[in-house]
Amino acid sequence: MPSSATDTAVGSTGSSGTSWSDVTSSESSLRRFLHGLPGVDQVGANARAAALGTRSIKTTAKAQALDLAIRMVDLTTLEGQDTPGKVRALAAKAMRPDPTDPTCPATAAVCVYPDLVPVAVEALGDSGVHVAAVATAFPAGRAAMDVKLADTRAAVAAGAAEIDMVIDRGAFLAGRYQLVHDEIVAVKEACRRPDGTSAHLKVILETGELATYDNVRRASWLAMTAGGDFIKTSPGKVSPAATLPVTMIMLEAVRDYRAATGEIIGVKPAGGIRTTKDAIKYLVTVQEVAGPEWMDPDLFRFGASSLLNDLLLQRQKMATGRYSGPDYVTND
Amino acid sequence: MQLEYAPAPESRGVVDLKPSYGLFVDGEFVDGHGTSFKTLNPASEEVLAEVAEASDADVDAAVKAARRAHSRTWGRMPGAERAKYLFRIARIIQERSRELAVLESLDNGKPIKEARDVDVPQVAANFFYFAGWADKLEHAGHGTESIGVAGQVIPWNFPLLMLAWKVAPALACGNTVVLKPAETTPLTALLFAEICQQADLPPGVVNVVTGAGATGQAVVSHPDVDKVAFTGSTEVGKAIARAVAGTDKRLTLELGGKAANIVFEDAPIDQAVEGLVTGIFFNQGHVCCAGSRLLVQESVADEVLERLRRRMSTLRVGDPLDKNTDVGAINSAEQLARIRELSAAGEAEGAERWSPACDLPERGYWFAPTVFTGVSQAHRIAREEIFGPVLSVLTFRTPDEAVDKANNTPYGLSAGVWTEKGSRILQMAGALRAGVVWANTFNQFDPTSPFGGYKESGYGREGGRHGLAAYLKGGE
Repeated sequence: MPSSATDTAVGSTGSSGTSWSDVTSSESSLRRFLHGLPGVDQVGANARAAALGTRSIKTTAKAQALDLAIRMVDLTTLEGQDTPGKVRALAAKAMRPDPTDPTCPATAAVCVYPDLVPVAVEALGDSGVHVAAVATAFPAGRAAMDVKLADTRAAVAAGAAEIDMVIDRGAFLAGRYQLVHDEIVAVKEACRRPDGTSAHLKVILETGELATYDNVRRASWLAMTAGGDFIKTSPGKVSPAATLPVTMIMLEAVRDYRAATGEIIGVKPAGGIRTTKDAIKYLVTVQEVAGPEWMDPDLFRFGASSLLNDLLLQRQKMATGRYSGPDYVTND
Repeated sequence: MQLEYAPAPESRGVVDLKPSYGLFVDGEFVDGHGTSFKTLNPASEEVLAEVAEASDADVDAAVKAARRAHSRTWGRMPGAERAKYLFRIARIIQERSRELAVLESLDNGKPIKEARDVDVPQVAANFFYFAGWADKLEHAGHGTESIGVAGQVIPWNFPLLMLAWKVAPALACGNTVVLKPAETTPLTALLFAEICQQADLPPGVVNVVTGAGATGQAVVSHPDVDKVAFTGSTEVGKAIARAVAGTDKRLTLELGGKAANIVFEDAPIDQAVEGLVTGIFFNQGHVCCAGSRLLVQESVADEVLERLRRRMSTLRVGDPLDKNTDVGAINSAEQLARIRELSAAGEAEGAERWSPACDLPERGYWFAPTVFTGVSQAHRIAREEIFGPVLSVLTFRTPDEAVDKANNTPYGLSAGVWTEKGSRILQMAGALRAGVVWANTFNQFDPTSPFGGYKESGYGREGGRHGLAAYLKGGE
């Protein structure tokens, strides 16, 4: 199992604020920095992502990829009709995704709305599967700042190890980068626990609403300089959600941020990744663009619900040589 | 965690290799009268097949067959009827694409990924495209009258694709052809001959004569050949131009290159690095329009080179039939020797050589992707065409200096410009003396787009409406 997510927040809490203080000190310096990043050529980026998608991952490599992908899943339920019973079922599945096979690894986390965090915490106990909560008036992010912070504090107090926040896309698109930055800093602060440790902060960029790859790159750097531990594509509720080229651009950003600062930030695509084939394309992209170091549940996650069952079916097929069917994995 | 890609070999089973191959003359496979030769798999040095060598008499028979077909059937056939044959050939190429791709990879050494995703789809696209022109020639502006018999000599780097670039427009315009494939890569041309049979193409419209330089010479200097088309080295191109001089043969040449790939400081850097990799490592650098010189603005040179080296470290060199191979085998021992010689010259002249760590197979012809930094205009590796996976890096400070360095070569086939500034792209495209200038991309081809060179890179254009001119009497 991965070590606790909070242990691996390699200095990104405290030091980032100081190392980037020049850049983030004013609206104009932040704008100068973000607009000074190299542009992204959309056609070229799409072509590169498509080429990575043609890698052929078979036999032993596939078996390795399947287990890693399962360990990277943030098993998610974010529905208005969620109940404690539903969350308990999901927690059981996260801990033992394939009840017929004890060698099957657990998922990374269960991701729920803040009010259901206590249920998830209780159900998961000390299994090592983290509880992640979406906060800050997810998914629209349209609420007063104090409401967003209260939402975050409540989730952390209830025991969430990871907070998935949404940025204010309206402010970002209007060029008010300082506002977006300060909001992330404030939420990061709200992730702090009384004992001084901090919940892991995943910053959702909502790339589907950012429209251009240049914006995806800028938003990624903005979130990293503001102290995010992870950058995440989307809440998974807006189409288009995660795409391979967008995820690739975010992986380039964490790679370059590492080279510039020494700090290592994670990436989480969410929404729209449903098949093993897709998941493997993402893993290939992680390895070839960011590097093997990111091939770790502490640094790469899949925000998904239906993906897990397809991974399990493929895993059973690798073990038995036969395809079973949807009745041989659990619905939840 | 490192994900170790397991071997993912494409099956050879789809290819039916015969122990020996004859010539394709007048619709039939016949024995040659020269000394037959072996064609190798450059990745393993395994003999793939024995191939007939066409003697002067064999070439003469092929030209006679082509002449007969031109005067009796193909040259008189309405364009709409010719189009039907070409469309049929295009469809058969698609149907047999896997077989063609595997055979191309085996005989040439190129990665199956490229044969499958680039070469063969482009081959089909060329036949579809020129099939569409066959009944619309009156709208192309070069008249509708065919020239006659075309003698076509093609290289080993894109054996089937260069065949398509030559055969498709020639046939669409009503000419017949005698094609001489390269000595080291004759097999896909012979499979194409089989496809012509399968498509019921009238006998003599396409003839394939295999052999080496002497056979090629017999084709281009045959008195009854009306039109010569050649793609290959500048040296051979010059010899062909001399052979054709003083005759009324029409000639187009597509020769070597030493293209500059120019990266400005405001470029989309990650995509530029991809473009550099595509520019020089695609097809092992066996590309006449390869971006073999990187001109990078000094202010971003270190960053670009660091990213380039990191990217090169992810290139997978090895078994061409493995679907994950990015860089395959060098096509021949002769070509490998030339790449080694020029690389050694680069080191001797003081340039700094770098290659990523990579295990090369023991058998076969291999050369690791290589980049030379600290190269100056006076170095041989900045001037001579290496035709291998070797990139020479030079720097510049101003746009004028970039143009000056880019144009300071006897060649002029292609160039690349990387900048986010649209006005600079247009200014550079006007100033660069190269047949193709790519902006924020490289090595992109399309049947609708004309291709050809300036200066010692040759003359004439292939592809698009312009490409028809070489095969129509009114195109002069």
